[in-house]
Amino acid sequence: MSAPIRVLVAKPGLDGHDRGAKIIARALRDAGMEVIYTGLRQTPEMIVNAALQEDVQVIGLSILSGAHNAIVPRVLELLREKDMADVKVIVGGIIPDEDAAELKRQGVAAVFQPGASLEGIVDFIRSSVAA
Amino acid sequence: MKVPTTATTPAAQRPFTTISGVPIEPLYGPEQLPDLDPSRDLGAPGQFPYTRGIHETMYRGKLWTMRQFSGFATPEETNRRYHYLLAQGQTGLSVAFDLPTLMGYDADHMLAEGEVGKCGVAISSLADMETLFRGIPLADVTTSMTINSPAAVLWAMYLAVAEQQGVDWARLSGTIQNDILKEYIAQKEYIFPPRPSMRLVTDTIEFSARHTPRFNPISISGYHIREAGSTAVQELAFTLRDGIEYVEWALARGLAVDQFAPRLSFFFNAHSDFFEEIAKYRAARKIWAHVMRDRFGAKDDRSLKLRFHAQTAGCSLTWQQPYNNIVRTSIQAMAAVLGGCQSLHTNSLDEAYALPSEHAVTIALRTQQVIAHESGVTAAADPLGGSYFLERLTLDTEAAAMAYIRQIDEMGGMIAAIEQNFPQREIANASYEYQKAVERGDKIIVGVNAFQSDREEGVEILQIDRAAQDHQAKKLAALRDTRDNGRVRAVLDALKRTAEGTENTMPFILDAVRAYATLGEICDALRGVFGSYQETSLV
Repeated sequence: MSAPIRVLVAKPGLDGHDRGAKIIARALRDAGMEVIYTGLRQTPEMIVNAALQEDVQVIGLSILSGAHNAIVPRVLELLREKDMADVKVIVGGIIPDEDAAELKRQGVAAVFQPGASLEGIVDFIRSSVAA
Repeated sequence: MKVPTTATTPAAQRPFTTISGVPIEPLYGPEQLPDLDPSRDLGAPGQFPYTRGIHETMYRGKLWTMRQFSGFATPEETNRRYHYLLAQGQTGLSVAFDLPTLMGYDADHMLAEGEVGKCGVAISSLADMETLFRGIPLADVTTSMTINSPAAVLWAMYLAVAEQQGVDWARLSGTIQNDILKEYIAQKEYIFPPRPSMRLVTDTIEFSARHTPRFNPISISGYHIREAGSTAVQELAFTLRDGIEYVEWALARGLAVDQFAPRLSFFFNAHSDFFEEIAKYRAARKIWAHVMRDRFGAKDDRSLKLRFHAQTAGCSLTWQQPYNNIVRTSIQAMAAVLGGCQSLHTNSLDEAYALPSEHAVTIALRTQQVIAHESGVTAAADPLGGSYFLERLTLDTEAAAMAYIRQIDEMGGMIAAIEQNFPQREIANASYEYQKAVERGDKIIVGVNAFQSDREEGVEILQIDRAAQDHQAKKLAALRDTRDNGRVRAVLDALKRTAEGTENTMPFILDAVRAYATLGEICDALRGVFGSYQETSLV
């Protein structure tokens, strides 16, 4: 049996709405993954440092405030700088279609919009880490 | 995921529970209500314990206030939206601030990057507040401001604008949310640790009791607790227990209960489970009347009456098939009205995407007007009173909420409970259970896990671009160049000294605001004295 997938769930920006982040963290844990939750108000630097220290394969960013276009590209940039571009970044929250397409073009592995199923998110992480 | 795509799940196989998971019997009759004593448990509308409403004639006497929460981008743009809403027949204003403002940061702060004007209007100084209310006579409108950690500062700005307009503070009517406890519990927009925060709240309650007799210095809020995923009972219980905490602090300050209790106001969610919500509002009034009379010895009838604002449930809105949100909102708004709300915000159909467009917000306001003027539900007070089902739910909701309130009392009060992560954990558990019920298909969300459609329903989306941030930053730079910076330093020093002592901070915050000290500067001064709060994150 292979080692469990390690995931960092992070809440960047000033947004305090952590209902989704907490549900995702629990669902991934219930699916057998090792989950580290950063808590609120993390800067991109703090998130990437935590990802490095915790040696995660996946970073999940939860953003509902509309600040994703300022925050997500910075996380991707820091990952490249630290030679961690193999870490998969997934984003969940209120992300309009056109922004989701642009974030994926920049290197985000998946964007999960409102209504996404937990099972779908678990399946995506399993298949993308295995690939 | 095994979910029905048509309504084929046999009724007998689905668990019949409210959206909060409370089991429901197939039928209710008098045999389910052996414990109901109508004169003790219900009373008449306008009579103790106010289960049936706080006014004898309810909406015949006065309709609820239609108050749409609104704010975006710059104060200039939001001011235009306010003039539009008032012209459309809205009867009160309700200010939504952006995240930097809610967190006590100026628009040009590093942490404000990308957030300015996104979730509400950016207000960094009195100059912005003057712009926000330009052309709006504060004596003639009632204004609600959704602001918590820095509530004292934003309220001081509002009072200063009133001064400039020549309006006596005694004539001002409105509400500041100012409910810090639910921030630690659910909404998470806190700055300072709980105890200094409670001192600031108590300062505003005391100041209000002396200077603004028609203003509500607090709106004790269950809305955000529910949005964070709580059940209806948790929303009710944690909110009322927060209320008890504020009363205890104000009494400890030396105020008499009837001096401030009439101006305590409440704010509840209007979620989708119609009867559960109506029962929640009725139970809320009954519990509060008893708490104020029996626990705190209030004598003034106004201290016993729980007045509340309601907002339809943002978390119930779906991204899929957004026009269905109009229907959800109508049902939820009807529940709030049948539950006897004093003011109401109806969400717009596009709010799962962004702040509402003008078109969407107009439909939301029209929804309230249709309920008020066409549906007939306003003609009689508490028209559902006496329904076997509703009365059973009301009694059960009350009992379940009281059990939580006693449990928190035993923990040593709400601050102790928050420090032990008790309400936070209860809400997270409830929210996860609900999500799993949705995944299993036990709870149906139309358009999301059933009745999906591939047809695209485009909605117009309000975009906030970076221009708002640049515009606000430029104004701040100009303000810092033109104001009397020596005076700013002096008022901030005076505020710091007051914060270190025990005197009421409000007069000093007012002086700081009048000198055009910015929100960020004032909050930094207080952070220097009070420190900042970090929660222990738990999953």
